[in-house]
Amino acid sequence: MQHSHDSSDDRPDPDALLARVKAEETKAARARLKIFFGASPGVGKTYTMLEEARRAKFNGEDIVIGIVETHKRPETEKLVVDLDVLPRRTIEHRGVTLTELDLDAALARKPACILVDELAHTNAPGSKHVKRWQDVLELLDAGIDVHTTLNVQHVESLGDVVQQITGVKIRETVPDSVLDRADEIELVDVSAEELLERLADGKVYVPETAKRAADNFFSRGNLMSLRELALRRTAERVDADVVAYRKQQGITTVWSAAERILVAVGPSPGSERLIRATKRIAESLHAEWSAAHVELLGAPPVSDKDRERIENHLRLAASLGATILRLGGMSVAKALLDHARAHNVTRIVAGKPTHARWRDRIRGSLLDDLIRSSGEIEIHVIAPVESAPTRRSVPPPPEERTSVAAYVSAVIAVTAVTSIGVLVQDYIELADMSMLYLLAIASVALLGRGPSLLAASLSVVTFDFMFVPPRFTLAVSDARHLFTFMMMFGVGLAISTLTLRVRRQERDAILRERNTAALLAFTRDIADATTPGDIAAVTVKHLEETFPVAAAVLVPDTDGQLSSAAGLMPLANQEQAVARWAYDHAEVAGLGTDTLPGARVLALPLGPAGVIVVQGRQDPRRLGGSSLPVLEAFARQAGLALARVNLQDAARDAALRAHTEELRSSLLSAVSHDLRTPLAVITGAATTLRDDGARLTPVAREELLSSIVEDARRLERVLANLLQLTRVESGMQPNREPIPVEELIGAALTRLEDAIGDRAVKTDIPADIIISVDPVLFEQVLINLLDNALKHGAPPFEIGAAKSAANVEITIRDHGAGIPEAALPKLFDKFVRASTAPGAGLGLAVVRAIVEAHGGRVHVELPADGGARFRIVLPVTT
Amino acid sequence: MSSTILIVDDDLHVRRFLRTVVTGHGHTVVEAGSVAEALDAIERVHPAVVLLDLGLPDGDGLSVLRELPVETRPPIIVLSARGQEGDKVAALDAGAEDYLTKPFGAGELLARIRVVLRRTGGSASPDVIEVGPIKIDQPRHAVTVSGTEVHLTPIEFKLLLELAKQPGRVLTHRHMLIAVWGPNAVEQTHYLRVHMAALRRKVEADPARPQWLLTEAGVGYRLRESTAAGAP
Repeated sequence: MQHSHDSSDDRPDPDALLARVKAEETKAARARLKIFFGASPGVGKTYTMLEEARRAKFNGEDIVIGIVETHKRPETEKLVVDLDVLPRRTIEHRGVTLTELDLDAALARKPACILVDELAHTNAPGSKHVKRWQDVLELLDAGIDVHTTLNVQHVESLGDVVQQITGVKIRETVPDSVLDRADEIELVDVSAEELLERLADGKVYVPETAKRAADNFFSRGNLMSLRELALRRTAERVDADVVAYRKQQGITTVWSAAERILVAVGPSPGSERLIRATKRIAESLHAEWSAAHVELLGAPPVSDKDRERIENHLRLAASLGATILRLGGMSVAKALLDHARAHNVTRIVAGKPTHARWRDRIRGSLLDDLIRSSGEIEIHVIAPVESAPTRRSVPPPPEERTSVAAYVSAVIAVTAVTSIGVLVQDYIELADMSMLYLLAIASVALLGRGPSLLAASLSVVTFDFMFVPPRFTLAVSDARHLFTFMMMFGVGLAISTLTLRVRRQERDAILRERNTAALLAFTRDIADATTPGDIAAVTVKHLEETFPVAAAVLVPDTDGQLSSAAGLMPLANQEQAVARWAYDHAEVAGLGTDTLPGARVLALPLGPAGVIVVQGRQDPRRLGGSSLPVLEAFARQAGLALARVNLQDAARDAALRAHTEELRSSLLSAVSHDLRTPLAVITGAATTLRDDGARLTPVAREELLSSIVEDARRLERVLANLLQLTRVESGMQPNREPIPVEELIGAALTRLEDAIGDRAVKTDIPADIIISVDPVLFEQVLINLLDNALKHGAPPFEIGAAKSAANVEITIRDHGAGIPEAALPKLFDKFVRASTAPGAGLGLAVVRAIVEAHGGRVHVELPADGGARFRIVLPVTT
Repeated sequence: MSSTILIVDDDLHVRRFLRTVVTGHGHTVVEAGSVAEALDAIERVHPAVVLLDLGLPDGDGLSVLRELPVETRPPIIVLSARGQEGDKVAALDAGAEDYLTKPFGAGELLARIRVVLRRTGGSASPDVIEVGPIKIDQPRHAVTVSGTEVHLTPIEFKLLLELAKQPGRVLTHRHMLIAVWGPNAVEQTHYLRVHMAALRRKVEADPARPQWLLTEAGVGYRLRESTAAGAP
């Protein structure tokens, strides 16, 4: 044991301080749980709870009864009268009407405080949760205070102690973590004598069916022991509160050791006791503890039953506050010790063996191995519960099935060896003959244990019958031959056992390898996915490939409704509800879990991003060998990927918004410039004409009139471009029609007739080139490019078109000064102007936007002999 | 030639501009600012031409077209903005004579009015139609361009004739498809485009810079009105 900490320092551990601050904070904010705790039925828990509720109600508190069993006791029923009672939910189950707490109604009603009797109660099948305490936790999560009642025998960690005292196996238990969650535990205590009196008076409710068990249960000895247990549990709690208080006040002088405890968990029922014992040790040492299950590589496959038990044990450990570990290795002891060393575990708890000593001789003993190599780690050995009624009722795990062919091979091999023996019997010794048989057995042993035993038996019989004197009888004259027979069996067994073990190791390795590979492949594929839809599709694909399940990924839409993003599995209402619950509570739910276990699906939450739903492909009632840990690993990966993509989306949105902002401001400045300038000209010219028209020379008047007309046209061009740009950028699809390029260019040239005047325009457009474009938008493209050339370039203007297998190319070229090199990269950006000639820098941006909306590209080139050439490349559409 | 022209537009400035131009050329002007006023005015004055804005406060300008029976409906020129090609086609297909894209100049407006007045005033098209250098001899099915005979296929001839019967007027794709191929072909715009391209090669000097067979992008085709014949 490590004692170094005792003398080291007296200061509170900062982590512990932080944890306490957090605990205080959450306590303040969260709803309160009060448990009325008793040693046995009949002590008056419900009565006390109701009395307190009445007082609270009298003080004006919003307190309602969720569910309270009065068992028709008049003094209890009297207390209920003044209180609000929530209607119960009725459930038909196998012809019996059961009533349960209506959780949804309670959540909807949302009182300040609700009374929920019998915390350990198991809900009727078909309820949302298996256990009532889960309902209570959900109520608390919703911010509703809960008052409830509990008997000591239902406390999970005391279950085995109670069983030892009373001999009754307790099935309805409440995890200790729920008790620890309680803000207040009120012990309702009466002496054993008084309780027995009440029982005799019939004041204690005992169901008819449990009368006989009850007689045993309510013995004076039992009641005294239970009472002591209840008192002690409450005292422990008080102790813990005191310790907490002392810590808070800094009074304490002794700080708890940094102990870590590890308990090994297997399928055997004794594990439950081990776990509880460890919890108690951990509590008394204030130590962290973990429960580990070691999967042996090369061991026989674990049966479904055993697998289920192991999972139950691990879950029990988790509910008692342990960290869950799944280790793998060639030996249990080594795996445990390796982990223990790596994680500074100070104690390991193991069970006392119950099997015969000879097994240890053959298989090796876990305890021996542990103790021998534990070093300074303490090993605690806990005795199993002798009265535990559960025997190993599980059939041994199914062996690998051996085919009929293997048995036939065994017969053939022995027959063949016998024939050879008959042929060569005159030349070889009897001992060598037995070698021949050994060869046959050895080779058959590779096929499995059954065939090897068959071969050995056949060999012994035929060898004895055919060759061992006296021949042709089964009698044996010499005892030496008996030894030979045993050897035959021994060799057969040894080889087949070894073969089997190697195969199992191989199979396990393959299975692990397969899971790892599947997870790896999934991680890789999902890393490439860029949208939530892709991730959902990849997840469904991989899940369905790896496990025998149908899967679906549900993601919340804008209203928060879950809808399928991938996977075709139709979901019934109930299954939708499972998915919803898992999503809302970020916990696994459905088939094989504690929440809604009756469902036909298992729902694995993906954090806020969604939820995975899986269903067994062959049988909807089971997931056919899919292991929950691996499924959860998939879900974790998918959740991370979704979170990543959503973050990316958010970042992209932000960037887009910033870009839009930037664009808006540049648009504003461009618009104010490009619209105001022509307006200024028009206004100026028109007012001059109106006010001073008579005094102007005819030439001046003509000039003013021309500038009005020209600037009005310029204004219209800017507006047309703005309009088209807005349309295309708002994602409006072009209204495509097949049109000869010649006609498009012709129309554009016609509209620019005035601007061209008598400048030379050369066209080279084959008549048979037809492209599929929006005629109105594309006319704008051509007009803008031509207008640009006319404005900035010099004649001759050349317009050409050419067609290849994949593309149609339209070129517009002028022979002017070209474009400054520096302006090229941003030429097609909005509001960039190459020169100071009038016109918004919109024209080329519109060209690019429209061409790209048609799936094409636009380029600009500066030919060596001057001018600029614009090339529009459009893919040929069929 | 003086005619009564009804101007339907809710914008007073546009109306003032139109009134100035139209009265300046000797026509009488009646104004309306809404669909109801327009229908009322048509009833009262029987205008020779209606200039109709499509966006009116009490409804779509097209409803004016639809309200009036075809026989008594005066010829209508629709005024609309660029980018509303769909509206223009709808108006033309509903029976409008022609359209003008705002903004337009006075010359353009007067030319359209002139074309409409001549067409409604005139009789059936003569046997021989002349538009610019193009001469169409209907009975002979013969076409000459600048005196040289060009050989047209029957479809090309029908297309040219259809346009030449109403020179200066825009004909929608739908109109031409029905006229040449029949009502089942209204969707087959690409037939029309291919045959128009072939017709241009035969009639135009430079088919890539057409002088006569003009394209109205997204709307239809128009045969340019020869300036010589256009004088009132």
